[in-house]
Amino acid sequence: MIKKFFSRGYIFLVLAFIYIPIFILVLYSFNSGKTIGVWQGFSLEWYKKLFEVQEIRDVVVNTVVLAVVSSVIATVLGTLGAIGIHYSKGKLGKTVKGMSQIPVVNSEVVTACALVMLLMILGLSNRSIFGLYVGHIILSAPFVVLSVIPKLKQMDSSLYEAALDLGATPTQALFKVVLPEILPGIFSGFMLAVTLSLDDYIITATLSPLNYDTISTAVYKAIALTTEKASEQVPIYRALTTIIFLITVAVVVVMNIRANKTVQDKRKV
Amino acid sequence: MKKNEKIIELIGLTRQFDDGVVAVDNIDLYVRKGEFITFLGPSGCGKTTTLRMIAGFDKPTSGKILLNGEEIGDLPPNKRPINTVFQRYALFPHLNVYDNIAFGLKLKRIKVTYADKDGKEVQRVEKLKKYEIAQKVEKALKIVDLEGFEKRSVSTLSGGQQQRVAIARAIVNEPEILLLDEPLGALDLKMRKDMQLELKEMHKKLGITFIYVTHDQEEALTMSDTIVVMKDGVIQQIGTPTDIYNEPKNSFVADFIGESNIFSGTMVGDKKVRFIGNVFDCVDDFAKNEKVDVVVRPEDVFLMDEDKGQVKGKIISSIFKGVHYEMVMQVGKSEVVIQDTIERQVGEKVSIFIKPSDIHIMAKEFSSNKYDGYITKKNTVCFGDGEFECDVTQLYPNSHLDEEGYLITAEGESIDLTDVDVNVEVGLKDIEISDDHELGGAIGSIVSMIYKGDHYQLIVRTEENEEDYVLDTEYTWNENDIVSVIIPKEKIKLSLKQEVKR
Repeated sequence: MIKKFFSRGYIFLVLAFIYIPIFILVLYSFNSGKTIGVWQGFSLEWYKKLFEVQEIRDVVVNTVVLAVVSSVIATVLGTLGAIGIHYSKGKLGKTVKGMSQIPVVNSEVVTACALVMLLMILGLSNRSIFGLYVGHIILSAPFVVLSVIPKLKQMDSSLYEAALDLGATPTQALFKVVLPEILPGIFSGFMLAVTLSLDDYIITATLSPLNYDTISTAVYKAIALTTEKASEQVPIYRALTTIIFLITVAVVVVMNIRANKTVQDKRKV
Repeated sequence: MKKNEKIIELIGLTRQFDDGVVAVDNIDLYVRKGEFITFLGPSGCGKTTTLRMIAGFDKPTSGKILLNGEEIGDLPPNKRPINTVFQRYALFPHLNVYDNIAFGLKLKRIKVTYADKDGKEVQRVEKLKKYEIAQKVEKALKIVDLEGFEKRSVSTLSGGQQQRVAIARAIVNEPEILLLDEPLGALDLKMRKDMQLELKEMHKKLGITFIYVTHDQEEALTMSDTIVVMKDGVIQQIGTPTDIYNEPKNSFVADFIGESNIFSGTMVGDKKVRFIGNVFDCVDDFAKNEKVDVVVRPEDVFLMDEDKGQVKGKIISSIFKGVHYEMVMQVGKSEVVIQDTIERQVGEKVSIFIKPSDIHIMAKEFSSNKYDGYITKKNTVCFGDGEFECDVTQLYPNSHLDEEGYLITAEGESIDLTDVDVNVEVGLKDIEISDDHELGGAIGSIVSMIYKGDHYQLIVRTEENEEDYVLDTEYTWNENDIVSVIIPKEKIKLSLKQEVKR
């Protein structure tokens, strides 16, 4: 009984540590005052401002466009890479596979600095939209590879041969048989890429053009109180992060429900 | 359709993998149109690789594959009029039954000839019409007995049903040849038997060529017109099921097809063969003193009371098998498997009788002397009525002997080899003989001396158990000389019969 109490209490504590800060943030996004800790009454003022302040709207658009575009490209490249790695044989295949895993564990600072140097060697500006997109693609493509390869491994290797046998060209076999089979892996790779890009600070801060902000860099600038105007925006970001948090929760809930449903469907059979 | 037309011809076909393994070694074979041919052999014999080369998934290292007389070695699989039923079905999980079967039809392009306004003929490449596809799929489903399954997801089907879908998916394309790679391997016994008969029926109905791969000899015997027995990438025998069962070409085929007793024997006279300590009359003609393999099917051995048969022995085991009892009789060191409907008790003394026509004799592929032996306390080896010095450390890699004569393995374990049973192998050129009876490990008389072009092949036979040593020598000896057999220590090859308990 006591043991049960302690084990439950422990879990409760862990969850509390994780969720209390978020709860405080959400709570104070509805505060009419600016300062955390001083409750001055309920208001939706910050939510209203969120849609009024042009700069913040720009930041959100920048972030979403960057995340979606870079993730789509990273997903295409990563999937092709995974297929190439999976079907390449011998030592070369092993080497390429090993090398494709390094960026996953590699520190982002290294990637960022390396890219800056590369851009400079190529005679390009080290702070440009192009560089930023390249950086985000490089950041997330290995994760796509990582989530597609297991699906390829799970796939019955004779499926591809069966498609050829039935008259498909290698390209038709790829699109009609291999891709539908690994689609769940591609999708989760894409989601991972979007998440990574949305969250990323280091690469964005290093490579983005000077007045070009995404949510993460903008929030950092605001809380670092670099300018008077930026500090004005801090409460607005509370509202923004609350919305992001709610979207995340919604996505997780929907995905869980869907996962449960497919499990049940399979059980029914 | 001419029955004897060759549809597939393999000429000197060889496939060597990147790691150097030769899976298929220079095989020549043809398949007649409309035939049901089976590649039969143990796993790793090259049967699947041969099939994959016919399908186009594997490229031959050398040799040719002719389809209707034309070389197709470089043609990709999608261009060959051949369809395959895969071992694990390989159905597309994301498609339902209908779409799986229609997969090939939807990709198909046919040339259609139209007459245009001026009455000129115009050819256009077109897809099959939807209703044509639907008709063909329906027909295929009917053949495999799965009407009404169109909308089902393939993952909801049982193994047998998936198998039928796989067959339907292949035959719907009306291939000239259907390849089947152990298609019944994943089914249970009862279903397998039913499917065997159904496949045979389907073959008759469709009239196309079936090339079937299996390791199950019973399956091959039941279904095939022709069986190709393979081992180590080499064809051992090609023939009808009856030929292969009744007239196996070598001991491998005999052992692989059906149950058989295989004994080492020696021809002792005109149509007389000696094995299991007795001389039998037989119908095969071989040279006197030639070493042969003798095959006797268990159902051809007649059990009799002790004094009535040709060879006496004792029953050492008896198992009820449904229709008959399978009994084992011991004669000296040999065991004879017998099938009979009347059971004899274990321990009962009996005798057996074998008709001359049931004794099948095959030339032995004789490349070395093989004996059953055991290791003595002194780390010498006893075999062939003799005792020889040997190197016991070859039984375990990187081992050595300690001062007390125990074997120390690479892992540092100590093993007492006394009385361990071993297989002994000695090459024909590794045996010397001498008049000095003290020198060798065994003593026998020369019973045969055959001149083989540049050397003599001698057989030295011991007196006690009539063990034979076959050897090649440049020197002439006289028959009936009593000699001693010398084998250098390093030439005796030993291997363990089973792992020694540590």
